[in-house]
Amino acid sequence: MFTESAEMARMPPAASGDPFVPRIYCVDRIRRELSDTVTLEITPSQGPRPRYAPGQFNMLYAFGVGEVAISISGDCADDRTFVHTVRDVGAASRAITSLDVGAAIGVRGPFGTAWPVTDAEGSDIVIVAGGLGLAPLRPAIYHVLANRSRYGRIAILFGTRHPQDMLYRDELAAWRRNLDISVEVTVDHADRDWRGNVGVVPALIARASFDPHDTVALVCGPEIMMRFAVNALRDAGVAPDHIHLSMERNMKCAIGLCGHCQFGPQFVCKDGPVMRFDRIASLFAVREI
Amino acid sequence: MPDETASVQTATAPPSKAMKAVISCDALQALIAALAADYLVLGPTVRDGAIVYEEISDLSQLPAGWKDKQDAGKYRLERREDDAIFGFAVGPHSWKRFLHPPVETLWTGRRDNDGFSIAPAAGEPRKFAFIGVRSCELHAIAIQDKVFIGSPYADVGYRARRQDAFIVAVNCAEAGGTCFCASMETGPEAKNGFDLVLTELLGEARHDFLVDVGSDAGAALLGRLPHRSASDADVAAKAAIIAQTRARMGRALETDGIKELLQSSPNHQRWDDVAARCLTCGNCTMVCPTCFCTTVEDHSDLTGNTAERVRKWDSCFTLDFSYIHGGSVRETGSSRYRQWITHKLANWIDQFGTSGCVGCGRCITWCPLGIDITEEAAAIRANPMTAAGGQHEGT
Ligand SMILES: Cc1cc2nc3c(=O)[nH]c(=O)nc-3n(C[C@H](O)[C@H](O)[C@H](O)COP(=O)(O)OP(=O)(O)OC[C@H]3O[C@@H](n4cnc5c(N)ncnc54)[C@H](O)[C@@H]3O)c2cc1C
Ligand code: SF4
Ligand code: SF4
Ligand code: FES
Repeated sequence: MFTESAEMARMPPAASGDPFVPRIYCVDRIRRELSDTVTLEITPSQGPRPRYAPGQFNMLYAFGVGEVAISISGDCADDRTFVHTVRDVGAASRAITSLDVGAAIGVRGPFGTAWPVTDAEGSDIVIVAGGLGLAPLRPAIYHVLANRSRYGRIAILFGTRHPQDMLYRDELAAWRRNLDISVEVTVDHADRDWRGNVGVVPALIARASFDPHDTVALVCGPEIMMRFAVNALRDAGVAPDHIHLSMERNMKCAIGLCGHCQFGPQFVCKDGPVMRFDRIASLFAVREI
Repeated sequence: MPDETASVQTATAPPSKAMKAVISCDALQALIAALAADYLVLGPTVRDGAIVYEEISDLSQLPAGWKDKQDAGKYRLERREDDAIFGFAVGPHSWKRFLHPPVETLWTGRRDNDGFSIAPAAGEPRKFAFIGVRSCELHAIAIQDKVFIGSPYADVGYRARRQDAFIVAVNCAEAGGTCFCASMETGPEAKNGFDLVLTELLGEARHDFLVDVGSDAGAALLGRLPHRSASDADVAAKAAIIAQTRARMGRALETDGIKELLQSSPNHQRWDDVAARCLTCGNCTMVCPTCFCTTVEDHSDLTGNTAERVRKWDSCFTLDFSYIHGGSVRETGSSRYRQWITHKLANWIDQFGTSGCVGCGRCITWCPLGIDITEEAAAIRANPMTAAGGQHEGT
């Protein structure tokens, strides 16, 4: 027997009830992005959709198959749906990408830290994304575009493997037509029709125009790509505490209880996924941490 | 003495938290019986050559006259020369297996017209009473409280089991060969976190227990047992036992600056050295009373109409633990051993404001190769990394 301590009484910010139990959502719309990737719009079957901030993620559950961490890729200004872009890489993600309109899906969340879009007001913004890493950055892009006047220069630097597996192709083209922001896309392997950049995304950083002393960089992609991106940003003069990364680790619970997502002393599910580079720089340099 | 206890009991006021009492072995039996009315009573018992924690209903099931000889990779029960009931240290089980069970159904789901619905699993019907909880184990429980209840999202199942649990602690009269609670400041004396704590007093003419009260519920229960007030001699006997146990710790671990030491040593060559011995079997994490990691399994029945999620203990020593699409983050044994000891002794302090190790020695005893956390930590300390990332020459 023990007495209720102040710590125990502290309740989670958004969740009520058992944080292990998913809520049921309904798939409203499906958009096929790439051969292995779809974007789902889902709405709660009961009650309001919880609020979220750009960079947060949900745990999506396919009935009887499994649950996976998936970033929210929609526009925070829409208060009706959660939008998720999911790539089929294994059992659970396959089941989720195979759902039909009208199907039920389990959701726990939103969880995790957010891109510092408010703190970044007044600064130049450099968004660096590799492949599916563009999905968790899209809510941040929507936010800065919707509040364009609050930011300095905005650069979106996106790298993808092949021209044909370019995520959000139409939207990238629309952003590119916007003269107020700079959008650069590069591919690892060009085909005959590709007339854009070839090479890795960090190479775009050196050429982008931003004031390194007053820039906030938001980076998401494969860890190796983030490593090079951070180096390029540092070389360009961006301070470590102005660089933010979205980390990825195995996740089973998303609520700090299963231990799987540990990254040194951090739990990626609650201290991340968005982390300020200066706080993890020493871990980032270590292999297999 | 039985006559005396009965008369004293009726003569004194009901026990309060400040009270120190003495009870007989018979009263311990009465304590078990009284708890059994409301609780599933769990205590130490001998099973397959080890002292484990199981349901008990009778004093005779406790391991009277047994002691455990422990060393790195070694555990053996031996007969004692006396009939001490708690004359052993700790075995392979910890109370974690009841508060944070090895397998637990989190919820069940069912297909219906709207798709599916999910209901939390029905909670554990029985409340637990633990008999014989050691000081290190009280600390381990307090540490798991921080993990499961102190974080923004509480584990509701754990919280319910924990709030309902009744704890009868025991002060250790015998330090195990792998114990180092004195270094971790987690023992051998049980100071809080219990309802009652016993100190077994054994002599030529006596076999009884000094009882300290830790909660109102503990005081109420003591009030229902035959007891007498403790004398100064009883209290002195308890202090002598604790001092003797403290002086006989099997091992020691230097904790000064351990967090900084381990966090600045991720590339130490000792990790490769220990990995050459480590089987990455995960035994150390399974026996550890504070390790909390779990995985989940999703099942559905053959018709696909019902599903459930089951949570199971997991270990950072498995390859799957850190798997993300394309491969595991911690491929090598050295990175997994480093994760374990760095989490236990260093990162835990950042995460939960306390070490993750209570010095119970289980991981040392139950490691098939006898790998010793105190020895590995000492090896890192003996040859720390330089600021440049390399190691000093020599030791
Ligand atoms: C914070 C975060 C955000 C993510 N956002 C997205 C997103 O927006 N879109 C998307 O398609 N994917 C995203 N992922 C990756 C996604 O979680 C994995 O692709 C998914 O877990 C794979 O599970 P699976 O069962 O389909 O595949 P399997 O390869 O069969 O995976 C088996 C198990 O390994 C673990 N696992 C495998 N890959 C990963 C991984 N990359 N990250 C974490 N755990 C993994 C899971 O526990 C999974 O249950 C994100 C991951 C994290 C941690
Ligand atoms: S790490 Fe070893 S000694 Fe420390 S609490 Fe765990 S099992 Fe006991
Ligand atoms: S040592 Fe390993 S198994 Fe134990 S709590 Fe830490 S990560 Fe989990
Ligand atoms: S995902 Fe379980 S602790 Fe972070």
